[in-house]
This record gives sequence, structure tokens and C-alpha cells, in this order.
Amino acid sequence: MTAPRLTPKRRRQLPAQRRWPGWALGLWRAGLLLAVLGLWQGGVALGVIDGFFWSSPSKIAASFAVYLTHGDALTDIGYTFRSTLIGFVLGTGIGSAIGLSFWWSPNYAAVAQPYLVAFESMPKLALAPLIILIFGLGIASKVAIAVALTVVVSCLTTFSGVRAIDQDGERLFYSLGASRWQVFQKYVMPGVLPWVISILRVNIGLALTGAVVGEFISAEHGLGRAILYAGETYDVALVWSGVLLLSALSFAMYIAVSWLERLLVKGVTHGVAV
Amino acid sequence: MAVQTKLELQGVTHRFAEAGGQGVLALDDISLNIAPGRFLCLLGPSGCGKSTIFNIAAGLLRPTAGTVRIDGEDVTGSIGMVGYMLQKDLLLPWRTVLDNVILGIELKGVPRRDARERALPLLRRYGLGGFEHRHPQALSGGMRQRAALLRTLLCDTEIVLLDEPFGALDAQTRARMQEWLLALWSDFHKTVIFVTHDVEEAVYLSDEIVVMTPRPGRVKAHLAVDLPRPRARQVVSEPAFSRLREQCVALLENGDTAPDDAASADASAAA
Repeated sequence: MTAPRLTPKRRRQLPAQRRWPGWALGLWRAGLLLAVLGLWQGGVALGVIDGFFWSSPSKIAASFAVYLTHGDALTDIGYTFRSTLIGFVLGTGIGSAIGLSFWWSPNYAAVAQPYLVAFESMPKLALAPLIILIFGLGIASKVAIAVALTVVVSCLTTFSGVRAIDQDGERLFYSLGASRWQVFQKYVMPGVLPWVISILRVNIGLALTGAVVGEFISAEHGLGRAILYAGETYDVALVWSGVLLLSALSFAMYIAVSWLERLLVKGVTHGVAV
Repeated sequence: MAVQTKLELQGVTHRFAEAGGQGVLALDDISLNIAPGRFLCLLGPSGCGKSTIFNIAAGLLRPTAGTVRIDGEDVTGSIGMVGYMLQKDLLLPWRTVLDNVILGIELKGVPRRDARERALPLLRRYGLGGFEHRHPQALSGGMRQRAALLRTLLCDTEIVLLDEPFGALDAQTRARMQEWLLALWSDFHKTVIFVTHDVEEAVYLSDEIVVMTPRPGRVKAHLAVDLPRPRARQVVSEPAFSRLREQCVALLENGDTAPDDAASADASAAA
């Protein structure tokens, strides 16, 4: 008996895919945006889309210009930016410090861990009204919400970094006669740094969310407040303007943090993946 | 005049705690003496407690019983008394090769700048020239081991423990590294204890070989290696060398050695 031959019915070739050149990709991207905006504008003009609720690109552009030149746009951006940045730095800093502190005592880490997990699974935005009551209407409450959103993630990630530390490295340090503090300072901290760097990009987005939610609940300034106010007065074009500015702010901060991250990774790990 | 002893293990016994059980006896009454400036190999299959002996000698593990003495002084459980090179090179990726090598001196409180000045000529002399300011990722396996060894030798201890430092290297690199290590040893005048399961490596490198048996770790034999130094590679084909090798292989094979361990000892002897 001969073994059945397993030749494929058809000869296949490696699927080939031609990549478009850069200018073509750019053209397609721009074209897609223009098409969406055009359809939107046209839909409103033809009455297919309700211009009152959806507004239209031309109205948004006009409102955007007014908001920027005659409105509080710059104050609002500055306010949101400030609370986000402070919340980001505090949340990441405090969280990482707590996570690192777990290295010193496994017992203390074991006691704290269930609380961390409980706090992590809690929807922290639900605490926002309480935070506003405690910290007041000013910037402190926005910072506090941003911190609440970022601190636990930072702490847990840093703690994972601490647990991933190679015990043999610690043994090497101790065999060389190192003190606990030397091991912490020269081995644990640099070893955990890549983990801290890896949460920066996530945290900047979370901090912004926290700040905006704080402004939604109650604030005197900020893009969140502007958007909420515009919504309450049915100024849909202004809502869109606020959202656009917020996206721009978020994008700019994301780029800045990515740049910082690249810089840190280059300086710290020399190309070692975490 | 009494025979000088640099490092002495006396009746060292270690039992690893085990939940609910009696624990696992890893080392059973190990006694060893090594004279200053000697090169001693601990030879044995995996599981014979060689690494446990090192951890105890380095003060990283307190033995269940027994003492560790250096120059006659009881140093059981004291760290920083001996240089210890673990199997992995454990070079810190965020430090340059130079700054990795000075780690031991730096931890003893020497300012980095002075430590670098002390280490730099040694790096050049011992085959790491041109890589001083690179990071360990740029080094080959053999170079990484060189850096790790220099780090161990530079830390101002007279005793150096090397735990299978060349285990992960290919045969050619390993042979080069062995010669390099012997050159270093005669320059630095250190007392070396070297762990290996490779019989040929043990005979080629050492003045004395301690053959161990596993589960629990016991000293089976203590052999002197009377081959002249400096040793050329060709020494491996001399009758005295072969005799010692046969003797070690026989000691490893007979009796207590588990079959798989014996096979691996055979294989490494043939290599």
C-alpha cells in the first residue's frame, strides 16, 4: 500500500502585498477626512442630518475661532493642562514610591496587596463627587481625581517590576558585602525604572480623564467645564470646539510623554526590552 | 610550622526546610581546607550541593551546622568576605562594562572615580580594551564572563569562588577562557575555589580536586593534581593528565551517582 500523497491541489505562492508610497497614504488620509467633513456639511445642508443636534463643520469652525480669540480657550487649556500635569506627576511619583517600598518588606507587601487590588477594581471616578466635597472647587480636587486614577496603576506596575527583579542579582550584591540600602539604590531602583517608564504614557491619558471629570462635576475653568456648559446651553458647535481642543491637548501631551519615554529608555536600559 | 589554611569549612551540614517534612539534607558534614594561593576544584554532578557550599562560604546562607573560617577567624554568615561569581554573569545592563567591573569596590565605599582609575588599565590588559564604555549588551558571551570575573577579582578579597563560570560557553571559547583565567590567577595571587562538573576542566585548572557525591552532598575524595605550571594546552595528552581524568571519572561513576549524572560526566570528560 502506498501512502497518500499530500500534494496541494494548487501551487501557492507567497502572498505579495505592494506598499503604497508615503504621499499616497497621506493623500488617502486627507481625502478620507475631507470626505467625512463634506458628507457631514452636505447632510446638514440637505436636511438629512439634524444641524441643531449634530452641528456642522462650518459652524464648528466659526465657533472654534470665536472661542479661541474672544473666549476663555487659553485660560481653560492652561487650567486643564495644569491639573493634568500635577496629577500625572504626583500620581506616578507617589504610586511608584509605594510600589518600590514593597521591596523592603514582603510582609508589608503581603498585607497591603489585597487593599491595592480592591482599590484598583473600584471605579475611582465614582469617588469624584466625594473628592470634590473634600478638596473643594479649585484645582486641588481635579488634581486629586487625576491622582486617584493614576496612583494605583503606577503602584501595581512598579510592584510587578519589584517582583521581577532577579534574586541572583541581589545575591551578587550581598556577596560583595552590600548594605540593604545599596542594593535598593544601585540594583532595585535602576531595575524597576523601565517599568515606571512604561506606565508614563498610560498615566498621562488617565490624568487628563481625571482632570476633565473633575471639571465636569464642578469647576470655574477648564475645557471640561467649557464642554459641559456648552452642552447645557445647547451650543453644540462649542461642545465640538472644546472636544477638539481637548483632543489636541491630549495628543500634544501624549507626544511629549512618548518623547520623554524614548529619551529615558535610551538613557536607562540601553536597548534592553522589559 | 603549621600548614597555613586560608579557608576552612568544618563539619558544614545543611538541611533545607521543607513544609511538613524533615527537610532535604543538601550537605552532610563537609570539611575542607584550602591553603593560600591554591586553585581547588569542586567536581561533582548536579545536585551535589556545590552551589550550597558556595552560598554558605559567601555568607548568603547560614549552615544548619558547622563553621566557615577565613585565616582562622570564624566568619560563618558574614557577607563580603569572599568574591563570588555566580553562574550567570549578572552584569547590570544600565552600567557600562567599566562601571560593572568596579561594582565590588564601589560597594566597599571607594569613590567611583578612583575605582574607575584602578580598573581601567586592568580592563585593557585582560582583553576588554575598547569595550570599557560600552554596555554589556555589546559583549559576546566570553567577554561578558571576562567582565564578570574581573568584577569578582577586583573586589579586594583574597578568596574567589567561581560557580561554573564557563558552563554556558562553546568549547573553543571555554578553552580560551580557561587559559585566560589561569593567567589572571597567577597575576592576582588569589585563592580560588572553582565549581565544575567537567572533569577535564577540573584537571586542567586545579591544584586540588574535591570529588563530591550527590544527595546528600558529601566529599568523596580529595586529589592532588601534580601537573607542572604554567600548563600548556598539550598537557591534556600527557599520561599523568589521563590518569587523573580516569580516576575522577571512576570516582564520579561508581556507587552513589545517579545514571543520568554519570552519563553527563562521561560526556563532558569525552568533550
